Amino acid sequence: MDLASSFYFTRPEIILSAAGLILLIIAAWREDSGRALSIAAVAALVAAGSWAAHLIYSPSFELGGDAFSGLYRMDIFGSFAKILIYVAAAISLIIAPRFLKNMDAMRAEYPVLILFAVVGMGIMVSANDLITLYIGLELNSLSAYVLASFARSDRRSVEAGLKYFILGALASGILLFGMSLVYGFTGTTGFDAIGKALSGDMGMGALFGVVFMLSGLAFKISAAPFHMWTPDVYEGAPTPVTAFFASAPKVAATALLIRVTITAFGDQTFVWQQIIMVVAIMSIIIGAVGAIGQTNLKRLLAYSSINNVGFILIGLAAGTKEGIAAMLVYLAIYVAMTLGGFICLMQLRNRDGSLREEMRDIAGLSVTRPILAASLAIFMFSLAGIPPLFGFWGKLVVFNAAVAAGLFPLAVIGVVGSVIGAFYYLKVVKVMYFDEADDIIVAEEAPSLIWTGGILAALVSPLGYLLISPLGTITDKAAKALF
Amino acid sequence: MSAADFPILSTLIIIPVVAAILCLFLRAEGARVVALIATLFNLLLGIWLWISFDGVGEQWRFVENAALFGPIGWKLGIDGISLMLIMLSLFLMPVCIGASWRAIKERVGEYMAAFLLMEALMIGVFAAQDLLLFYIFFEAGLIPMYLIIGIWGGANRIYASYKFFLYTLLGSVLMLLAMLWMIQTAGTADIPTLLNYDFPPEAQTWLWLAFFASFAVKVPMWPVHTWLPDAHVQAPTAGSVILAGVLLKMGGYGFLRFSLPMFPEASAELVWLILGLSMIGVVYTSVVALVQSDMKKLIAYSSVAHMAIVTVGLFAFNQQGIEGAIIIMLSHGLVSGALFLCVGVIYDRLHTREIDRYGGLAINMPKYALLFMLFTMASVGLPGTSGFVGEFLALAGAYQVSTWATLICTTGIILGAGYMLYLYRRVVFGEQKNADAAAMKDVNGRELWLLAPIAAVVIWMGVYPESFLKPIRGDVARIVERIDRAAPDGDSALKKNDPIMKDYRVKETHGKGHGESHGGKKAEKGSAH
Repeated sequence: MDLASSFYFTRPEIILSAAGLILLIIAAWREDSGRALSIAAVAALVAAGSWAAHLIYSPSFELGGDAFSGLYRMDIFGSFAKILIYVAAAISLIIAPRFLKNMDAMRAEYPVLILFAVVGMGIMVSANDLITLYIGLELNSLSAYVLASFARSDRRSVEAGLKYFILGALASGILLFGMSLVYGFTGTTGFDAIGKALSGDMGMGALFGVVFMLSGLAFKISAAPFHMWTPDVYEGAPTPVTAFFASAPKVAATALLIRVTITAFGDQTFVWQQIIMVVAIMSIIIGAVGAIGQTNLKRLLAYSSINNVGFILIGLAAGTKEGIAAMLVYLAIYVAMTLGGFICLMQLRNRDGSLREEMRDIAGLSVTRPILAASLAIFMFSLAGIPPLFGFWGKLVVFNAAVAAGLFPLAVIGVVGSVIGAFYYLKVVKVMYFDEADDIIVAEEAPSLIWTGGILAALVSPLGYLLISPLGTITDKAAKALF
Repeated sequence: MSAADFPILSTLIIIPVVAAILCLFLRAEGARVVALIATLFNLLLGIWLWISFDGVGEQWRFVENAALFGPIGWKLGIDGISLMLIMLSLFLMPVCIGASWRAIKERVGEYMAAFLLMEALMIGVFAAQDLLLFYIFFEAGLIPMYLIIGIWGGANRIYASYKFFLYTLLGSVLMLLAMLWMIQTAGTADIPTLLNYDFPPEAQTWLWLAFFASFAVKVPMWPVHTWLPDAHVQAPTAGSVILAGVLLKMGGYGFLRFSLPMFPEASAELVWLILGLSMIGVVYTSVVALVQSDMKKLIAYSSVAHMAIVTVGLFAFNQQGIEGAIIIMLSHGLVSGALFLCVGVIYDRLHTREIDRYGGLAINMPKYALLFMLFTMASVGLPGTSGFVGEFLALAGAYQVSTWATLICTTGIILGAGYMLYLYRRVVFGEQKNADAAAMKDVNGRELWLLAPIAAVVIWMGVYPESFLKPIRGDVARIVERIDRAAPDGDSALKKNDPIMKDYRVKETHGKGHGESHGGKKAEKGSAH
C-alpha cells in the first residue's frame, strides 16, 4: 500500500489528532475557553465522522483496504463503529460544559482529552495488528484515567481515577501478556497472519495467550467477572464523563474484541466461544442481580451497562455474521439508551443546585417533573427490553442470532436474565411514578440536556422502529466486512 | 359503504394512540371528554366493522400490509374470532372510561392515556398477522397496565404491579425464543402462512411448551394464577374490568391462534397437561373463592375457574368445545367486567370491599340488586344468560375427549353457584346490619348507563347466541379441520363390541349415526382391525 492511500484511509484519525493538538495549544494559553473548545471539538468530530461516512458509502471502498502495511484496516465495520463513537463523544461534549461548570470543574482540557480518547478508539476499531491494538487501547485508556478524575477537587472523582488507573493497568498487563504469548507461538503480530498460524490444533501456550487477551479485553468492556471497577468508577466520575465511559469506549472495545476474535482467532471458534458464553452469562446475571440492591442511580446504570454487555456478547458467542450484525445494532441502540439515561440523571438537582443521584431523590418525580420522569421511564423500559420501545429490537436481534446458531441454553439463560434485570429498571419507574413526591428535584434551565435527552428519547421510543431497515442494511454490510 | 375500502384496523389502533397523546396535555375534565369521545368513536367504527364483516373475503378480512419496520411487518387482518374479541375490547373501553369518571381524581390525563394505549394494544394483539408484531402488542400492554395498577391502585398496589409485570414477562420471553426459531425455520413471520406450516412433531413439543409458558400465565391457569388475585384486587375498578375482560382473553386467544393450529401434534400429546391443570384449577379456585371475604378477590378467583373451563373447551379438539370456549371468553369478559363494576359502585360509596360491611342492599338499592343479580346469574351460568351458552357448549365438547375432566369441571358450575349466590346473599339480602351501608343511595344515571348495556348484551348472548356464533363458526371449523389429524381419542364413545354394553345398546337405526361424535368414528376405526 502506498503512503497516499494510507493517509487517505486514516484521515478520521488524522483530523482528530490535528484538532486535538491545536486545541491543546489553545487550552494551554486560554484556561477559560472550555466551552468554545468543546464546540470546536464537536466540529472536528463531525468532520471526521463525515469522512468515515464517505468511506462507508463510497462504492470504491466497499471492500475496505489496508493502511501502513497492514497495521491498520479500513473497512465498513470500523467506519460504522467510528461513527457511533463520534456521535457518543459529541453528545458527551455537548452535555458537559454547563454541568462541569456547576461543579467548578470545567477546564479547557476536557474536549482535548475526549478527542485524544476518540483517536485512540478509532485506532482500536481499525487495528489489524497487536501493536496498533495496544497503542489505540492505551491512548484511549490514558485519556480516560485523567477524565475519570477530572473533578479533581472531588474526592470521589479522584478515587475513581486512581481505581480505574490501577485496575486498568493490571488489565493492560494481562492483555499484553496474552499478546506476547500469542506472538511467541505464532511469530507474528498481524491479525490475518495470526489467524493463519492458529488454524488447526492449537498448543497450550497459544491457548493461554488467547485466554489472557480475552480477559484483558473483557476488562475493557466491563464484562463480568472483570467488572469490579465499573460501579466505583461510574459513581465517582463526573456524570458527563460517566456517560462517555458507558458509551464510546464500550463501542470501541467491543468492536476491537469482535475483530480480534473473528479475524485473529477465527479458526478457533470452539476455544473462544465457550469463554464468551461464560462471560456473557456471568455479565447478564451479575449485572442484573448486582443492580437490585443499589440505591445510587449511577451505580445502578453501571450494573445496567454490565448487564447489557452480556447481551451484546451473546451475538459474539453465536460467532456468525448475523451475530456480529446483531451486536452492532444492539450497540447503536445501547449508546442511545445509556447516554439518555445519564442525561436524565444530570438534570436531577435540588433547590441549592447540588446534584442528587440517590434512588430516593427521584421519588414522585412524575408529579414534579413529568417530562423528565417520562423520558427516564422510556430509557428504563427500553434498557429492560420491553416492547414497544426500541431496546427490545436490540435484544431481539441478538437472541435471534443465538437461536440461529443453535445456542438455545444460552438464549434461555439470557432471556431469563433479562426478566431479572427488568426488576430493577421497574424499581426506578416505581420510585418515580408510584411513590409520594418529595419535591426535591426542581426544574432546571438546561437546553442542551433537554434537547439531547429529548432526541435520544424519541430514538428509543417506538419511532425508532422506523430505523430498523437502514440500521439493518449498514450493520449487515459491516459484519460482512469481517468474514 | 363497506369498511373494507378503508384501513379500518389501523384507524382503530391509531385513534386511541392519538387521543392518548392528547390526553397527556389536557386537564382532567378535557382528558375525560377526549377519552370518552375517542372510545365511543372507536366503538362506532367497530360496529361498522362488524356490519361489513360478511362478504369481505374468505378467512382473513380487512387485510393491511405495510413494510414500515424492516423485518417486522405491519400486517393486520382479522377473522371472526378476532372480530369478536376486538368487539369485546371496543365495547368495554367506553365503560371503563365511564367507570373512572368520578373515581379517578388524580393525574386524570395520564390515567386516560394509559387506558387509551391499552385499547390500541389490545386491538393490535387481536389483529396482528405478523408474529413479531403480535409479540410487540402482546408485551407492550404490560407497561400501561403496570402504571395503572401501580399509580391508581389500592394499598398493596406496588407488590401487585411488580408481580403482574414480572410473572407475565417471564412467561412471554420464552415464547419469543420459540417465535424466533419458528420464523427462522419456516422462513416467514406471516401468521396465516404459519398456520398451515407443519413443524416437525419433535420440535412442536418444545415450541408448544414455550407458548404455553406465556399463555398459561396470561389465561391464567393454576398454578401460575397467583398474580391475578393480587392484580385484580389492587387495580382500580376500570383496571380490573380490562384485566378480567380482555387481558385474560389474550391467553385464550393465543392458545386458539397459535398453540392449537400451529402445533396440533404437540397439543394432542400434551392435552393431559391442559386438562389436568384445568381440573385442579376449577375445583381449587372455586373452593378458594368460597372462603374469600374480599369481593374483588372472590370474583378474581372465579375468573380463574371460568378460564379453566375455557382451556378445557379449547383443547376438546372439536367444533362445540372451541365455539363454547370462545363464547365463555366473550361472556366472561362482559360478566366479570360487570361484576367488578358492581363492586366498584358500592366501593365508591363505602370505600371497602369487605363483604361483611354490607348487607341488605336489596332494601335501599333495588335497581342495583337487580343488576347485580343478573350478572351473578350469568356468572353461575343460568340458562338465558350468556354464561350458560358457553359453558354448556364447552363442556359438551370436552365430554368427547375426557369424561373425567368434564365431570370434574362441571362441579365448577355447582361450586360457582355456591360462591356467587353466597356472595349475593351476604351483600344484597339479609338484614341491614351496617347503618352506613343501609344509607347508600341506589345507582345513579351514570352507573346505570355503564351496567345496562352490558346487561343487554349478556341477555342477548344468552337468548340468541347465533349472532355471536355465526362469525366464528367458519373459522372454528377451519381450526378443527386443521387439528383433526391429531385429535386424541375420546373416552366417551361407546365401543362397538364391548360385551358389557351389549345388553344396553339401542339398536342402531339408519340416519342416527349422523349425529355420532367424532370420537366415536375414531373408536370404530380403531376396533375395525
